[in-house]
Amino acid sequence: MRVTLTVNGKPYSDDLEPRTLLAHYLRDTLNLTGTHVGCDTSNCGACTILMDGKAVKSCTILAVQADGSEITTIEGMANGGELHPIQQAFKENHGLQCGFCTPGMVMTAADILQNNPNPTEQEVRHGLEGNFCRCTGYHNIVKSVLHASELIK
Amino acid sequence: MIPAKFDYIKATSLDQAIELLAKHGFDAKVVAGGHSLIPAMKLRLNRPAVLIDIKGIEGLDGITEEGGHIVVGANCTHNQIASSELVNQHVGILATTARTIGDVQVRNKGTIGGSLAHADPAADYPATVLACEAIIEVLGSNGQRSIPAVDFFTGMFTTALEDDEIITAVRFPKVADGNYQKFYQSASRFAVVGVATVKNGSSVKVGITGVSDSPYRATAVEQAYDGTGSAAEHAVDGVDVMSDHFANAEYRAHLAKVMVKKGLEG
Repeated sequence: MRVTLTVNGKPYSDDLEPRTLLAHYLRDTLNLTGTHVGCDTSNCGACTILMDGKAVKSCTILAVQADGSEITTIEGMANGGELHPIQQAFKENHGLQCGFCTPGMVMTAADILQNNPNPTEQEVRHGLEGNFCRCTGYHNIVKSVLHASELIK
Repeated sequence: MIPAKFDYIKATSLDQAIELLAKHGFDAKVVAGGHSLIPAMKLRLNRPAVLIDIKGIEGLDGITEEGGHIVVGANCTHNQIASSELVNQHVGILATTARTIGDVQVRNKGTIGGSLAHADPAADYPATVLACEAIIEVLGSNGQRSIPAVDFFTGMFTTALEDDEIITAVRFPKVADGNYQKFYQSASRFAVVGVATVKNGSSVKVGITGVSDSPYRATAVEQAYDGTGSAAEHAVDGVDVMSDHFANAEYRAHLAKVMVKKGLEG
């Protein structure tokens, strides 16, 4: 089945089996391996991307459902060599340990800050409830998102 | 995990979707957000031969005020419902309920029609549609039906929907005084117990999810209500309480009483 969509500003069109998950299409066909698959059961949020500007879990979406949509993955966040402010904030605040959950955290943070540019710590924690950090590094992740909200101003 | 093979059809109209459902019967499944169905398909608990995508059908994702009711289109996402001015103003309990579902990502994709049709015994909306006495609007080969919430849920993952029927909208009466109390399953954010309470003067309507294989109206609580929280004692009267690895029946029954008490006093 033909799927045509935009990923990180570039148009793509591929023939896919309908059962192909969006996460696998991004990783295996487009080689955008920054999107991670963690739990594979819609819980952990490592596979979070932006679909038409909204954070979604790409392990729970069929690539065919994304036909015609605009996707942003972690690879689309930096502007050339310049980190996105959210990435910069994670770097400066030690917002990652092993790094596995980080792409999903950054993409969810993008959604949170889009809808609420000045979140409280509680709002950030609530917003990140669908992203798990197995290193339990939540303290610095929350700090990073709060710092990012300052950088984006 | 990858689902078993299926044919995927993007329906462009409700008539087409219903025709396809009538043709393929039990082999077909309807998908909108897919956040109940796709996880089940990945686990191969569900293996539809044909998947009919209704997300692109126009007219199913609006929230409007009609004849004193708030009408929520079946394809409205939980986030859309949580942030709708009409819903917040007139059926606040529905917005509150939507905000408790899953997480930001799930709320961006999952739909009210999908959640109700899936009828997970731990889903949140069923409690609220029961307490609000909402009407589920469905369309099938034999035309349109308006199903009262109390007649809609018939058992675990089963509803009054016929094989060729699709939920098109949910019609909510305006609710001035309601609240939703939820004890979360901490990883999935499903309800271990969810209680929707709608108060109107000296009467109350209580919908409970998560406790039994089907959501129910706590009629014993409603009859015993005396303006205080004491009627909560009757939360599981006559109910076969579920037991699972999150909560055994005794604990779950206790939680139900606690949550109903909070609801009655809230």
